[in-house]
Amino acid sequence: MTTTSGPARSELSQPLSPARMRRKASWAGIRRSWQLYLLLLPPFAYAVTFLYGPLFGLQIAFKDFSVVRGILGSPWVGFDHVVRFLQSYEFWNVLKNTVLLSAYELLALFPLPIVLALMLNTVRWRRYRKAVQLITYAPHFISTVVVVGIIIMLFSTTGGVVNDLIELAGGQRIDFLATGTWRHTYVWSGAWQTLGFSAIIYLAALSSVDPELYEAARVDGAGVLRRIWYIDIPTIMPVMVTLLILNMGSVLSVGFEKVLLMQNPLNLSVSEVIDTYAYRVAFMSSIPQFSYASAVGLFKSVIGLGMLLLANWLARRVAKESLF
Amino acid sequence: MKETAGDRAVHTVTIAILAFFSLSVAYPLIYVLSSSFSSADAINSGAVRLLPVDANVDAYQTILDSSFLMVGLRNSILYAVGGALLGTALTLLAGYALSRADLPFRRFLTFFFLIPTLLTAGIIPTYMVVRQLGLLDTPWAVILPGAMSVFNMIITRTFYQITVPRELLEAARMDGANDLQFFVRMALPLSKSIIAVNMLFYGIAQWNGWFNAFLYLSDPALHPLQLVLREILAQSSVDPSQLGGGDVTEIIRRKELFDRLKYAVIVVAMIPPLLVYPLVQRHFVKGALIGSLK
Repeated sequence: MTTTSGPARSELSQPLSPARMRRKASWAGIRRSWQLYLLLLPPFAYAVTFLYGPLFGLQIAFKDFSVVRGILGSPWVGFDHVVRFLQSYEFWNVLKNTVLLSAYELLALFPLPIVLALMLNTVRWRRYRKAVQLITYAPHFISTVVVVGIIIMLFSTTGGVVNDLIELAGGQRIDFLATGTWRHTYVWSGAWQTLGFSAIIYLAALSSVDPELYEAARVDGAGVLRRIWYIDIPTIMPVMVTLLILNMGSVLSVGFEKVLLMQNPLNLSVSEVIDTYAYRVAFMSSIPQFSYASAVGLFKSVIGLGMLLLANWLARRVAKESLF
Repeated sequence: MKETAGDRAVHTVTIAILAFFSLSVAYPLIYVLSSSFSSADAINSGAVRLLPVDANVDAYQTILDSSFLMVGLRNSILYAVGGALLGTALTLLAGYALSRADLPFRRFLTFFFLIPTLLTAGIIPTYMVVRQLGLLDTPWAVILPGAMSVFNMIITRTFYQITVPRELLEAARMDGANDLQFFVRMALPLSKSIIAVNMLFYGIAQWNGWFNAFLYLSDPALHPLQLVLREILAQSSVDPSQLGGGDVTEIIRRKELFDRLKYAVIVVAMIPPLLVYPLVQRHFVKGALIGSLK
């Protein structure tokens, strides 16, 4: 979620480097820098192969790919696959599941790290603050398989400690992976895993506030809540807007691996999202439909990029903040 | 200066909420840890609430004795070390070269790396590249795709822009050092902290990964621990009485085995990252700071 904010911001808003050290982009300059290009060669080769190679292969979304003919030799079919996806009977359900899940995730997981960071920032007992951070960061470093494993075991209807406690309290056992509760389980286990770590970026922004500003506000009689409202919130506003824009861009990208791990045949009607659908038609169906699955994936990527640009435009108009 | 009564109330509530949140984050981890040291009877009867009941290490003994889990462990270590070395090498090279203000076409090259983060190709085209290169069913299929993170590269680039001053480069040039010599003798010794952060980041990512192995490796002898764990969980959620067919006893036997050791496998799978992340914790804050700087 937060991971792409760094590069986009730091790169795009950077001023041109000073002219003093700048070698001209002339033949002489390029030849003089050959050693730097040599250093750049392995990562460049990696990027060409594993970042641009797949982008090149994406053209099969508009072709009828066959293994025998290869990517370039397969015949073009235009937007046939995209149209077929839009007209398929699964389309609306898959789109609904994706949007509902990521909108729910955004509404729950966007504001909470902000609240957590603001709360942590008011704690002046340093060791307590460090301890809370150390504990709440931990789940971020645990693998998706382990997290889903813990969910399955702790929330199981047979022998899961959560359901034992519910029954002890006089309630009914709940199947947390059934259609009715699946989205809640997905989102709130995500909160458990990411909340602490997502607060880091806000804490980093808050650490830039001059302590004397708080002191001055206190002298003027502002309580904690007022100091948060008039000092902290304006400080983190740019970060908030940036992250909101980036989250809008990923509105069709839910955690594919986690969704896949949490799926079972009984909850498929709410848990099938665009990514898992594409995966299923490509690798699980009797006839692998690579072209169709690529078209489904491309549909998602393009909508995501469109949402990103739209959110960026809105933010620039409304909040005078933007990525680009 | 004394706190007002209102401030004190807010602080108390804040401390209490944070304590509650920390406990609810920690509890599932403690529960799994305690269960892994408890007897199967105690777990099944629901006697384990916080601390181990009938403490023993049988489950861990079973792991040591079962070859497929040890193979998974060995593969995970292999992939984590390989991924850490390769990823860090690529990241340092790109990060350093792109940090140099005098690199011709620097902005163009930086964008070259950034564009694929905006428009991602997805699983299927990546799978086709891996297959085309003949990497299916080799360890490279796990290590190579996603070997370098562009985000880490940008952090590393910013690190070099801040920590290797231009004056140092100019002075080294005066002494006749070329770019390669400067990188190896001056820049690398200054980058111990960013090397450590990158190593741990890539190592943890590989240790935690399962999907690449799931997609590209059909040979169980190559599977990492996370994928083995996933299979164990899938097996143990199957109710053997629902299954018809010949090998019911074998399935029941495996299910009992899995039930006994699944908590211990989870502990083994999650402990390494939990042991190392506190070492780099402060660097993450720094990284977030660098990222949010313009």
